[in-house]
Amino acid sequence: MATIHVDGKTYEVNGAHNLLQACLSLGLDIPYFCWHPAMGSVGACRQCAVRQYKDKDDNKGVLVMSCMTPAADQTRIDIDDEEARAFRASVVEWLMINHPHDCPVCEEGGHCHLQDMTVMTGHDRRRYRFNKRTRRNQYLGPFIAHEMNRCITCYRCVRFYNDYAGGTDLGAFGARDNIYFGRYAEGTLESPFSGNLTEVCPTGVFTDQSHSDHYTRKWDLQYAPGICHQCAVGCNISPGERYGEIRRIENRYHGEVNSHFLCDRGRFGYGYVNRADRPRVPEWTERPGQEAVTLGVDPALERITGALRQARRIIGIGSPRASLESNHQLLAMVGPENFSTGIESREQACLAMMNRLQETSGLPTPTPREIERHDAILVLGEDPVQSAARLGLNLRQAVLSRREELAEQIGVPAWNAEAVKTLGQDRYHPLHIVWPAPTELDSVAVARHALAPDDIARLGFAVAHAIDPAAPPVDGLDPASQERAGEIAVSLLKAARPLVVSGGSLASEAILEAAGAVARALSRRAAQGGLVLIRREANSTGLSLMGGQTLDWALDELSEGRADAVVVLENDLYQRLPADRVEQALARANTRVVLDHQRTRTAEGADFILPAASFAEGSGTLVNLEGRAQRFFRVFEPAYLRPETRIHESWRWLHTLAAGLRGEAPGDISLDLATRACAGAHPGLAGIVDAAPGPDYRIEGLRLAREPQRYSGRTAMRANLDVNEPRPPQDTDTPFAYSMEGYSGFDRPRQQIPFAWAPGWNSPQAWNKFTDEVGGHLRGGDPGIRLIRPQPGHREYPDPVFDDGATDSSGLRALVLPRVFGGEETSARAEPVRQRMTAPVVILARPDAEALGVRDGDSLTLLGVREGDSLMLFGGPDITVSEQEDWPPGWAGLPAGLLPGLGQGAILTLGKPTGGES
Amino acid sequence: MRKNKVLSVLWLIPASWSLLRTMWMVFMHGFRKRETVNYPEEEVYLPPRYRGRIILTRDPDGEERCVACNLCAVACPVDCISLQKGEKDDGRWYPEFFRINFSRCIFCGMCEEACPTSAIQLTPDFEMGEYQRQQLVYEKEDLLINGPGKDHDYHFYKVAGMAIAGKDKGEAQNEEVPEDVRTLLP
Repeated sequence: MATIHVDGKTYEVNGAHNLLQACLSLGLDIPYFCWHPAMGSVGACRQCAVRQYKDKDDNKGVLVMSCMTPAADQTRIDIDDEEARAFRASVVEWLMINHPHDCPVCEEGGHCHLQDMTVMTGHDRRRYRFNKRTRRNQYLGPFIAHEMNRCITCYRCVRFYNDYAGGTDLGAFGARDNIYFGRYAEGTLESPFSGNLTEVCPTGVFTDQSHSDHYTRKWDLQYAPGICHQCAVGCNISPGERYGEIRRIENRYHGEVNSHFLCDRGRFGYGYVNRADRPRVPEWTERPGQEAVTLGVDPALERITGALRQARRIIGIGSPRASLESNHQLLAMVGPENFSTGIESREQACLAMMNRLQETSGLPTPTPREIERHDAILVLGEDPVQSAARLGLNLRQAVLSRREELAEQIGVPAWNAEAVKTLGQDRYHPLHIVWPAPTELDSVAVARHALAPDDIARLGFAVAHAIDPAAPPVDGLDPASQERAGEIAVSLLKAARPLVVSGGSLASEAILEAAGAVARALSRRAAQGGLVLIRREANSTGLSLMGGQTLDWALDELSEGRADAVVVLENDLYQRLPADRVEQALARANTRVVLDHQRTRTAEGADFILPAASFAEGSGTLVNLEGRAQRFFRVFEPAYLRPETRIHESWRWLHTLAAGLRGEAPGDISLDLATRACAGAHPGLAGIVDAAPGPDYRIEGLRLAREPQRYSGRTAMRANLDVNEPRPPQDTDTPFAYSMEGYSGFDRPRQQIPFAWAPGWNSPQAWNKFTDEVGGHLRGGDPGIRLIRPQPGHREYPDPVFDDGATDSSGLRALVLPRVFGGEETSARAEPVRQRMTAPVVILARPDAEALGVRDGDSLTLLGVREGDSLMLFGGPDITVSEQEDWPPGWAGLPAGLLPGLGQGAILTLGKPTGGES
Repeated sequence: MRKNKVLSVLWLIPASWSLLRTMWMVFMHGFRKRETVNYPEEEVYLPPRYRGRIILTRDPDGEERCVACNLCAVACPVDCISLQKGEKDDGRWYPEFFRINFSRCIFCGMCEEACPTSAIQLTPDFEMGEYQRQQLVYEKEDLLINGPGKDHDYHFYKVAGMAIAGKDKGEAQNEEVPEDVRTLLP
């Protein structure tokens, strides 16, 4: 702690901060541009000048840049000094000399840091009479729009993109006043974190293209606290709605999970919510192949209960992309003995093992933020940037944090970004990746070992044995692997806080066991380590805590005639198991009810479709990969602007349906009751009630406002339907109001913040007002409840078991590689993400390619897939061959989402395309 | 004592005078020129800056002036304007729809003041009576006129730095030609 004197008042601040950080943390406003809480200071913009005095007797002082001055004890500064104010006003005036006159047509307008700072410094008249410099723009892909005229050369973009996120294709070009930020040539920005440029850039140079396509100002959007549904990290988001559509996803600050940044899948993958083909009213198909008829709510429920009552046995298939509440209502309706999680058996086994390891491996699971404080990392059989992108960014910071350690040794503060970077050069904390394909983190890794799944597990066990001789040795390991294992073990042991990262991407229990063995070995060596296990979907962890049979079991029950009705909850079964198997099972059922917000193949084959709410219209609870239960809240009421829609949360549909099946009148149901029912029925989920405040939560007697105070058009947006305005929708489920009336300020600490705004701070920088110190934690506490805690106890090592599989000479085995864009079912339905998907590629080892008679860049066609007994024939799409030096022979790497339902290790028959059209 | 009592009712004299004078003045108004206009038989004179029915204007080239910036909507104290931004092929922003609910409008003129492109203007016309309130909801077709309104010259895109078809970067007011980032020459 340090005592500083600002404008004659005395404050206690964190002495490790710079003055700008310290003053902003105190709630004092100093204008700034180039400084960013996550990226430190470079002193480039000269905007944050204050007057600093040497001591009590000094009455002259000097102007300093507050971001480059440490908040040392007994520092005396004046922010409100005449000369300092004049200096800051001049700086903004200079920055505005070349600024184009285009705020009305700028997507940044209304949440623009430059606008805020210009107002803050009081510059409002142009005095410069000469010409403005102009620059040309570039096409930067479907996510980011570029308008270089607006640039103020703060360098935040390249500092984030290159230094923080590890991108390589954005740079600063030119010299003097001719500096240009862009790519060397037009083209798509390659980094999966490019979307953060829209929030990092203080002006409108980089803006959200997907937002611009249906643009709405920030003040006109209706928000609610959301949780990203696109992977298992559980990033906090602020989805913004206007006219019944989600228009934009903004980062919602969470001190432990996503802090300032999101990945592009989460930010731009929301388009599926707005799809025109979404089911919005109940549909009934009397006979397969017939045209579907739309029904009202009551007739639909009557028909469905009628049909389900005739069934001998109803199977309920849940979903890892639906909320816990919805899954529980389904489970309660069909009974635990008839409930399936909707997860394929191998994945479910992996999920169960991951939960077990998190409790018993001896190492705690760090939060994503805590990952950044680890100093040696082993990534075993996982590609974090592709499968849980935000974690990849955390891992990168952990590796880079070596620089700060080095800086500390010679007394350079961590916030002095450029000095720290120069000092660190390319000295990193050790990162070992064991993964067959190239990853985004390779450039900062010690080495990447490209191995086949079983060899990954072998290497993992060997590392465990090398760390702790009590761990079982691996038989028949080649000397090269032995040596690698030794190297990895040494670097993990040298570290103070080693971290093991693994996950279910390869659906291999052996790899997870191996990761668990390494964690256990490290815990026995008394290291303060951590274990991170990556799940695939938003609620995979929650559903595995709830439990249920596998999807394979459910399909077997149906296809063998032991059940004749099925209720599928927000799940496209064709994404999980081979199509013929799903089709055969569903064909045997007499009644197929699907609740979903997407028109999936499963929904298309159903007798009844009930329109379910997505994260935008529904509320519920998810559990992320660290075991944190987080609640997401509905953003808008779809029936307000489209009265014909009948979208409801799945838990609401299922509760009513269950009452109908029992022949009772539907009782009360609310979000609170649904959450409590779920928490009460499953001891592992008992904590979810406290994940967020209930519907009667008030601040100063007020609900929380979903809309900013400036929200416009209330009395006109619905006037085309009817000039008589109905009462705004009432929300009895949550503490939020569908209105600007309610609390939206920052001075009362709270966890649930739909949108960040503070007087004078319209940009995302307003989050500084909600945190205990800038870049710290929310003052009301970071939202969510951790459910999985390490259990004490002494545990033995597992015996290494490898599933080498029948090495089949008839074809190559599929290795499905996770991918950010297109690897997830719902976001792959969003248009910008579709455009961003990479062309289908099959990765082959050279000998395998030679055996097939193809070379790098040639095309192949998938002729057939054999998985167990089932054989599928394809006339599949052409896939480009990518030969890779170190790729494990016998395996063919395919991107996830290319062939839905393709399991890891399926035997592929590949052949050359026949040339002509067949 | 008695003298005081007499003095205390002396106020009646000026009060009665004021009363009589007022009645006289009111009476004399009966012989003045008539202020009431016999509307609708007689046309009402409205000054050019009268704040009546709202219109959307076009720039001197005949293109829509509104760039859908939403400032009118946010300035509106009764929130009776709603619109949606669209983008034409030539890069111009325009309102996909523009709706004013005149049953809510209070004709305060804040929208006109907020408008950065002189697109939205109030006109000297108040004859908007309807039998059905729904008819008071005006869409863009009802609002857009074929002229520049009160502001004859302003052309937003000639001032703004954004490039549109027919006006490239560097061709707006006070702009240099775009810099070539690949040159090293000063």
